[in-house]
Order: sequence, then structure tokens, then C-alpha cells
Amino acid sequence: MGLTSASVGIKAVDSGLKIKKQNNNDFIVAIAGNPNVGKSTLFNNLTGMNQHTGNWPGKTVANAQGYCKTSNYGYVLVDIPGTYSLMAHSAEEEVARNFICFGRPDATVVVCDATCLERNLNLVLQTIEISNKTIVCVNLLDEAKRKKISIDLKALSDILGVPVVGTIARKKKTLDNLMHQLDCLVDGRTLTKPHVIEYEETIENAISVLEPAIVNAVGDTVSPRWLALKLLDYDQSLIKEINNYFEFDLLSEKGVSEALKQAQNILSQNGFDKERFKDSIVASIVRTAEQTAKQVVMQKGDGYNSVDRRIDRILTSKWMGYPVMLLMLAVIFWITITGANYPSQILSDILFKGQQLLSDLFIKAGAPDWLHGALVLGVYRVLAWVVSVMLPPMAIFFPLFTLLEDVGYLPRVAYNLDRPFKKCKACGKQALSMCMGFGCNAAGVVGCRIIDSPRERLIAILTNNFVPCNGRFPAMITIITMFFIGSVGMFDSVLSALALTLVIMLGIAVTFIMSRFLSETLLKGVPSSFTLELPPYRRPQVIKVIIRSVFDRTLFVLGRAVAVAAPAGLIIWLMANITVGDLSILNHCAYFLDPFARLLGMDGVILMAFILGFPANEIVVPIIIMAYMAQGSIVELDNIVQMKQLFVENGWTWITAANVILFSLLHWPCSTTVLTVHKETGSLKWTAVSILLPTLTGMVVCFLFTQIARLFV
Amino acid sequence: MNGNFSLNDIKPGQKGTVKSLLSDGSIRRRLLDIGLIEGTQVECLGRSPSGDPTAFLIRGAVIAIRCEDCRNILLQA
Repeated sequence: MGLTSASVGIKAVDSGLKIKKQNNNDFIVAIAGNPNVGKSTLFNNLTGMNQHTGNWPGKTVANAQGYCKTSNYGYVLVDIPGTYSLMAHSAEEEVARNFICFGRPDATVVVCDATCLERNLNLVLQTIEISNKTIVCVNLLDEAKRKKISIDLKALSDILGVPVVGTIARKKKTLDNLMHQLDCLVDGRTLTKPHVIEYEETIENAISVLEPAIVNAVGDTVSPRWLALKLLDYDQSLIKEINNYFEFDLLSEKGVSEALKQAQNILSQNGFDKERFKDSIVASIVRTAEQTAKQVVMQKGDGYNSVDRRIDRILTSKWMGYPVMLLMLAVIFWITITGANYPSQILSDILFKGQQLLSDLFIKAGAPDWLHGALVLGVYRVLAWVVSVMLPPMAIFFPLFTLLEDVGYLPRVAYNLDRPFKKCKACGKQALSMCMGFGCNAAGVVGCRIIDSPRERLIAILTNNFVPCNGRFPAMITIITMFFIGSVGMFDSVLSALALTLVIMLGIAVTFIMSRFLSETLLKGVPSSFTLELPPYRRPQVIKVIIRSVFDRTLFVLGRAVAVAAPAGLIIWLMANITVGDLSILNHCAYFLDPFARLLGMDGVILMAFILGFPANEIVVPIIIMAYMAQGSIVELDNIVQMKQLFVENGWTWITAANVILFSLLHWPCSTTVLTVHKETGSLKWTAVSILLPTLTGMVVCFLFTQIARLFV
Repeated sequence: MNGNFSLNDIKPGQKGTVKSLLSDGSIRRRLLDIGLIEGTQVECLGRSPSGDPTAFLIRGAVIAIRCEDCRNILLQA
């Protein structure tokens, strides 16, 4: 649930990044590292920003930037997506590589996981091959200590030839040394002498032929040895980037192209084809990392600790794996429903008292009726509904879910669900983007970047909307409680939670069916290979998670809902009060939509509310209420019983209620999500599919449900 | 089975040493990136509830790999 203004806004979708310096002499620093080593935490603690963090690989999918200062200099820090290597196999790796290589950072900090240093060194070695302005930051020292791993930072620095600092990113204080080293590096007090990886002799020979020609052509602003390797590797997309960077075609330079030919001859004469060349390069780097780690890492114990093993044995076990997943979901819903009930009531009491006060104020001031109507009965009332219905469930659900994320459970969900997804010819990582969809579908769509295969990524994008986002399920909870459970007691809230879990399971089932359907029709193909890292469990930072998720996510989402709800309230009021002929515009629209909506087991007002709710799903139920109230007789509406009465007076039955829930689960995505899909796919066709697929599904499901249900009534 | 001893042939709790990779394309790169080169020790940790993928301990990290890909990761007998 990467849910901040940066991740949901249009900004998030831009992979191009405009660096914003505060002063001209600010330095630009890239924060690189393997996935899930605490880069974002480090970034947040240095910049005071709220880049989303969580314990699973791939949260950061786009570059984010922030500002921080030492007593000497100002820095623009750029948080780039986590990667295992700079050899760019996926979109996010390309983003990372391009920034380190061509973003002209003044320094690069490679953040490493101390508990798993050897694998992290792979990226470190590749980075220092490109840039000598590199600092290695060995993070998660606290986790390492718990696992009885110690690291000789001094020795590591000596071997790598660049500064090495140890940190615990969660603890701000430990970052001081990092900033000090950064100061020294950018102003030249620290001189680096990066370790040169030694490749097989043949490759070294080829490099030595090509390197001087490159120096001749473009100098040594970009490491000529690295450029030589990349030209020999003949990585098309990278060569394009290189040419863009130098603003001329490097291969058109005669000296370079001739030297390249010569170097390629050396390779082919010694039996190096493209594959063997690449393998050999990677193997040399991995071996260097292995040897380095051997010299600096002292380990007592077995690394992957026994507690993790035991937890995994339960959470991913044959019999317990799936039930535990569902149970966890149900428990979260139960806590949300039970916990939200009381504050919701208090909020609505207060807010509707506020309405009374406002009304009195307007009357005393002698304001005209239409002004009072538009502002108080229109804008204020819809706002009050959105806040009292939305705020409590969000403020409970977000932190709970974030805790689960912080602990490291989400990758296990992907692990458990990979096989069913593979059966649908999709990818288990889709489960991760679905989890993000619970928070916000737009964030979920951006999150699909973690999926490597373009086909599978598209499937995940197109089906993300089948997971109800936070804007939708408070309404579902309300309707479930109203029509299916009765009053909210202890036992009833358990039933509500189970009912909601069933709805979510239906959404998940539809996701599977539609993924399979897309794989058989529009997006034919076979599941591609994948690897998924299961990170160690971490102790969640409970207090921090609660504060963060309330302030960053809850208030952010609420703010967005309010921003949409206010004008929507105004529009609805106007529609209800401006008459054309002898009917209000609202009634005209509702009548127009009514016959069709009846087929789906709803009515014109409900369908219209869904349409007007396009900017934000949060406002659908408030619009329905407003519209009914504008037509009906009830004026006071401050609890769920009266609300149900209002709905029943307007012809709702349990069939209507069920259809509203179904249609809420299965209809077009909100406008933000649609925009995001367009940005992510870059295609109008796929954007249209992302709207049509859930909409048609919803219509068919509601139609069938209504026809069948009516047989039994 | 063509007699190849692969990652699929070790059970949870067992260890093996990588002999070679048969896979190609992007998955080959990815497997190399996580350090699966010749001579790398791998320990099978457990399987997902539905039997696939399987989790392995590779160079200190836990990585899940699908059985189709495991088939192409050969171990020293």
C-alpha cells in the first residue's frame, strides 16, 4: 500500500525525474541498494520525508527525491528502486541503472543488508565499477547482531577502496557518520581507489584493446573500463543511453568501432560467445563478492534464523498456509468493523450537531435559502458523511495492514499464491500489487512494476481494480451491517467481518478468473519464470507505523475524498434543486438511468451515484443518501437505523443491498486509477480495457444475481 | 527424468551444490544475479502450501523458485 501523495499522484508515474536543487551548489546523491535493505527508511530519516516503507522487496518503484543538510553542504537525495544488479532486466532496474550511470549524481550511497552482505556486494562491486564517488552503507547492523553476525567495516573499506559506514537506519543517530563521510567524499577530503574486479584473461585482453580507444573518444568522465565492458556486452538499450549521454554515437567513432571489432575477435577466437561472456562477467563479480565477504563477515550461527524458519513453517505450511491467510484478513476486518463503530457514531453526532449550528448561523445572518441549501445541506452534509463513515475504518485498517507489511508477511502471501496465479498464467507477485490495491488501486497499479514480464504486468494492472480499495470497503461494511447482520454487537461484528471477507474472496476469485481469461484471449502467453525473495521477519515499529499510517495515509486519502466530496455535494444539491420542466435534474437523470439500473437490481439514483463517484469511490454512499433525502421526507439522519429506513423507503431490499456491494466491488476504477493505468501502460486501448473489464463483469454479475435472486423471493 | 540431478531433487532440509544452469534468457541472468554460479551451496527450506514454488537458502537469502526453473538448475551429484 504505497500510499502517499507521491505514489498516487501523477508524479509517481513519471520515471523521468527532475532534480530540484535548493541551492546551485547542492550535491546530488543517489541512494541505491538491493531491494528491502532499508533504503527508504534511511531516506526518510535523512530527509524527514515519508517515502513508503515496508518489509518486502520492490516497494520503491520510482525514483523519489528529498533534501537534507549537513553543517557544510546541502544534498538532494534520490531514493532509487532496489535492484540486485545494474545489468537491467526489468523496468525498475533500468530506472536504477540509468540514474547511477547517467543521472550525474555527485555521489552514490549503496545501502547493504548486514545480515546478507555477500549478495549485496554484487551491487556494490558493479557500482564502484561505474563510479568512484561511492559510499558503502552497511545497514541493519542491529538485525545482524541479533543473528550473531559481525562485520569488519574497516577491512571492507580497505578491500573495496571506498568509504564504508555502518548504520541502523531506524535509529537516526547512526546516520551522522554517513553524512560526515558524504561531506568528505564530495569535497575531495576522502580519495577513493575502487577495487577493480578481475575478469578472465581473455576478457581482460579485450578490455585492454578497447579501453584506450574509448578514452581517446570521450575521455574518462564515465569509467572507460566499464564502457568497454558494456560495448563488448552489446546491450542495445544501454548503448542507446550511452549515446544519449554523450550526445553522439560512440560506435560511429572510427577508433572505437575498430578497436571494438578487434576486441570482439579476441573474444570469439577464444570461444567466448555472447552468453559465455555475460556468464563469465557475472561469475567473476559473484566470486569477488564471495571472497570479500569471507574476509570481513564473522558469523556464529546459521544466518537464516530458526525463529524465521519456525514461523514460515506455519505461515506457508500445506495445511495452515491458506487458512491462516484468510483468518488474518477476517481478523483485520473484524477489528476494523468493531473498532470503527463507536468513533463513527461519535463523529457523526458531533458533525451533525455542527450542521445544526451552521444552519442556525445562516438563518441568523439572514442568508438566502439557496445559499444555506447549497453550502450546508449540500457541501457540508456530504463532507460530514464522508468523514464519519470513512475516517474510523481507515484509521484502523491502514495501521493494521501496515503492521502486517512491516513484519514481512506480504511476500509470504505472494509465495503461497504463486501456484494459483501460475495456473492462471500470471505471476505470484500479482498478490503483492493486489495487497497494495487494498489501500488504493492507483498505488496497486504502480506497484505492478515489480512484475518483470510485460504480459503478466499488464494482467496485474487490468485486474487490480477487483480488489476493493479503502475508498470502497467502508461503504461495503455499512451496507453489510445494515442489511445482512442487524445491530452491531460482538457476535454480529464477527459475522460482518466474515461477510466482508467473503466479498473480498469473491474479488480474488474474479481476479483469478479474469487473469486466466486475459491470458487466453487478449494477452496470450505462458507464465514466465520468476524468483521471489522472502525477507527475514522484522519486529514491527508499532508506534511509528500507527503514527505514520494515520497521518500520511489516512489523512491523505481522507483529504482527497473530501476534496472530491465538497464539489460533489454541491453538484448533487444543485441537481436536486434545479428543476427542468416539473422535475429536478436529479430526477431526470435518475429516471433516465432507472430502467437499466433495475436490470442490475439497483435503481437510477444508485447507478448515478456510482457514475458521480468516478472521481472517488468514497462519495458513492453519501451521494445516494443526499439524493434520497432531496426527494424524500426524512431530514434528520444521524444513525444507521435511520439510514436503513431511508434506503428501505426508497425501495431497497436485500437484493438491492447485495447488488450495491457487488457493483461496488466490480465496476470501473476511479479516475485516479484510470489516469495511472494510462500512464503505466501508455496505451488508450489498455486503459479502455481496464475500464470495460470490471464494468462489464459487474453488470453481468449483478444482472445474473438479480434474476436468480428474484426467483427465490 | 533424464537423469539430471537438479534443484527439484533435494527435499526440505537437504543441501546441494550448483553444477550448472541450463536456463537461458532473462531468468538465467536473474539466477546469476542472486549468486547461483557453479559451486554455490543451496539449501532447500520448504515448499509453498500448494507444493510450488520452493524456498531455498542461497548465499544467506531466502529465494523462492518455481519447479520449472529448478529443473534447469543442475546440482553436483
